[in-house]
Amino acid sequence: MPIDFIAIMPEIVLTVTALLVLAADLALRGDAKQLVNPLATFGTLIAIGFTVFLWGDERTTFGTMFVVDAYAVVFKLVFLVALLAILGISWRFFAEGRYFQGEYYFLLLTSFIGMVLMPSARDLLLLFVALETVSIPAFVMAGLRKRDLYSSEAALKFFIIGVLSVALMLFGMSMVYGFTGTTDLVGIAEAIRAGDADVPLLLGSVMLVIVGFGFKVSAVPFHFWAPDTYAGSPMPVAAMLAVASKAAGFAGLIAIAFVAFEPLAEVWAPVLGVIAILTMTLGNLIALQQRDLIRLLAYSSVAQAGYMLVPFGLARSGSDAIAVNDAAVQAVLFYLAAYAVMNIGAFGVAIAVNRRTGLRSIADYAGLSARSPLLALALTVFLLSLGGAPPTVGLWAKFAILEAITVDVTAFGVVLGSFVVINSVIAFFYYLKVVKTLWMDEAREGLPTLQPGFNLSAVVVVLMVGTVVLGVLPGLITDFTSITSVLATG
Amino acid sequence: MGWISITIALPLVGALVLAVAPELSARGVRAVGMGATVLTLLTSVALLTQFDLSEPGLQLLERFTWIPAIGADVALAVDGVSLLLILLTTLLTPLILFASWSSVTDRLRGYVAAFLVLEAAVIGVFASVDLLLFYVFFEFTLIPMYLIIGIWGGTLRRYAAVKFFLYTLLGGLLMLVAILYLFGQAGTFDYEAVRALELTITEQRWLFVAFALAFAVKVPLFPVHTWLPDAHTEAPTGGSVFLAGVLLKMGTFGLLRYALPIFPDATVEFAPWLLAISVVGILYGAVVALMQADIKRLIAYSSVSHMGFVVLGTFALNATATSASVIQMVNHGLSTGALFLLIGFLYERRHTRQIAAFGGLAKQVPVMAGLWLVVSMSSLALPGLNGFVGEFPILLGTFQENRTAGVLAAFGAVLAAVYLLWAYQRIFHGPLEGADNQNTVDLKPREIGVLTPIVVLIVAIGLYPQPMFDLVEPSVDRVLTEVGVSELEVEPAATTSEEG
Repeated sequence: MPIDFIAIMPEIVLTVTALLVLAADLALRGDAKQLVNPLATFGTLIAIGFTVFLWGDERTTFGTMFVVDAYAVVFKLVFLVALLAILGISWRFFAEGRYFQGEYYFLLLTSFIGMVLMPSARDLLLLFVALETVSIPAFVMAGLRKRDLYSSEAALKFFIIGVLSVALMLFGMSMVYGFTGTTDLVGIAEAIRAGDADVPLLLGSVMLVIVGFGFKVSAVPFHFWAPDTYAGSPMPVAAMLAVASKAAGFAGLIAIAFVAFEPLAEVWAPVLGVIAILTMTLGNLIALQQRDLIRLLAYSSVAQAGYMLVPFGLARSGSDAIAVNDAAVQAVLFYLAAYAVMNIGAFGVAIAVNRRTGLRSIADYAGLSARSPLLALALTVFLLSLGGAPPTVGLWAKFAILEAITVDVTAFGVVLGSFVVINSVIAFFYYLKVVKTLWMDEAREGLPTLQPGFNLSAVVVVLMVGTVVLGVLPGLITDFTSITSVLATG
Repeated sequence: MGWISITIALPLVGALVLAVAPELSARGVRAVGMGATVLTLLTSVALLTQFDLSEPGLQLLERFTWIPAIGADVALAVDGVSLLLILLTTLLTPLILFASWSSVTDRLRGYVAAFLVLEAAVIGVFASVDLLLFYVFFEFTLIPMYLIIGIWGGTLRRYAAVKFFLYTLLGGLLMLVAILYLFGQAGTFDYEAVRALELTITEQRWLFVAFALAFAVKVPLFPVHTWLPDAHTEAPTGGSVFLAGVLLKMGTFGLLRYALPIFPDATVEFAPWLLAISVVGILYGAVVALMQADIKRLIAYSSVSHMGFVVLGTFALNATATSASVIQMVNHGLSTGALFLLIGFLYERRHTRQIAAFGGLAKQVPVMAGLWLVVSMSSLALPGLNGFVGEFPILLGTFQENRTAGVLAAFGAVLAAVYLLWAYQRIFHGPLEGADNQNTVDLKPREIGVLTPIVVLIVAIGLYPQPMFDLVEPSVDRVLTEVGVSELEVEPAATTSEEG
């Protein structure tokens, strides 16, 4: 069977770039090593080019394992644009600190290869390989500051929990294979439909797989690694974990839940719905107590995962549920795209403020509006957007979730919606606390002037403008997400 | 681009100039602010000239595609009610900027820009005829107002700002859910299409509660009013004026524009309850105002009472009372706005708002005392001034529909006279004692200039209110026809007994 190379071009380009970065790092000496960053950026741009080229195409290769459709392309673009932004906020951070730059960029690119594979994977094995490709480089990246105990702690926690979750997932997958006789996602769905779906062990293995992804997206009660890992990792890595790695988890979860286990939706949807409620409520309540900006963002990202899990709680099985499930998947996809923009932006500002001084307590952001009006404005926009205030893209992300609920109103949907509403208000309390500190508190004396550097400033400004422009004209994203359907293949 | 979109765009252009202009002197910033707001006032007057008084529905419709995927448009239009409130907004904003000419110097550029953005958003609220667009504008007003209170406010500003934000946010989100449900039913966010929906009574009840709660927080109605005294007291003068003058009207406007015509059966059903809540608010606000030691807090509680009258008139569902409640929105904006301006001027001179600190000021500052008295009289509805032509028909109409509510509300009007005149007496009459009181200087020409247009309108509306009624009545009648008032008139006894 010939391989469709066009379909896997983005992955190939990223792989080649990653290898080139590793080679360049060996060849370059001293300050010249930082040139690997533009090299990686260039490779990413080419990969984006190939991905855009695939838009509107329907391709399948490696049997039916690997699928390129509108859904996969939109997801891949989210990942690649996130990669571009993370490269932008990484440059100075890694060039100035004493890090192993070449290794970092190589690991980053490798991790993203796994991510762009994820939305195309239609086979348990490929999903597993993609997930491991995302995770294993991330374990190393979390520990890049190897002389820093916190960084080592972060890496160790992340690693142990990551391995545990993967083991659970693999166990579940093997049982699913045992019951259905196939690893193909569509095939699993057919086998479940045809056979006796009430085998308790099959349901148990479905839950194991879902728990595995629950760790990845940091859903409560599998979230407790996230804040420590984010706080200890180098900040660009924390941004990558909070956004891209989480999005990869969601890509996998969508494929598993809505394609393979779609016939069992009546079983897992309530479970994921309850997890969504717990995740957003607990994440928000703990975020209220945080004094460290990165930890606040960490818990807020736990809460955001809760919002993104809400559409999973709405899923149904059967042919008449296609409208509901489509709306649910589109809502998740839209939320992820919006979340990537605003959360990477928030981390970008944190890097700009903390990189030199290491200050990151919220109190250290006092009077930022006087020190750097641009960064203060940007962080304000990102935080308001995370909360979902108009006119930012965050409003439409929440809107998409609520809209998915109203496609077919159920009692459980109303409960989920009420929790989204209540949590949005709670979340504003701590987002506003930071905004208040930025604009209304006096700065301490003797703080150094901020030098974010061109790349970081450019990324922050682009993301800020993007947040507002998409907030005013959300059609720029919905026009794409609204035609995606993961179910078309299922 | 029609006149409405220009009216919304002008303040935004002003804010954009302030955002990107590299070097601007304080004078330059103020000039940009004044220029943009005065031009906006002129274009809103142009809107008035285009308006056809004989047409009760929405006019001057402008429609631009916005989010094609869900069929949401930027659709703007006005009826008599919204046009009147837009005029109130565009009149008050330049006066606010003019009033804070010397009092605000810290981060002036941000202050002026925040007001410009706020003005645009509020005009957007009044002019939207697409539910989603309305929601976006409605929620967006929170952000500039939050910053205005939080950055330029008084000592407890941070607490007040957050409280203001969270209260109104919760209400707004409930409304968003209701809007989404309506979208599910109608398949569009278009106002007229949603209004034409035939909803079951159960649906209407739930949706009415969601909408009414969002607007009740904004009005604010008892018992969700507790954010208002804090926000009003801690906001800078301009913020208080805008809050009282314009932002509260978004709540009563919303009730009249959305809650009544979209859920007519639920409106009739819930009307007695809302009358009861309004009466409680009127009396509660008045009694609490009586006991305040801080003059700004006193006026803040008087707002709770006065806005209760507006809601009372709206839910009396009677052509007289409901039209008058729209007039009363404007009156309250003018008189309470003017009172907050005067308090601001007094505060700039004395840096205190404790009533006990003042006394006998009438001898020292006769102009201020005179204007204060006129404005107080307007607020307590003295015949011949604007307050009377709003409040009296509200009471009259309410009395026709529901005697108990009318009688009880009338006590509120009496109490208003007590707390306003008593405050006036304690501040301006009595012996002139203490160096502070003896050295208070009278209003400057600029400050008199700020108040003059308001006082002129107070007198003019009081003497000849007919043009305003002409503007408002067709639109109000259209709403009341939809609600089917006749139904209510058949069984006034039933509603009275529920009330009692």
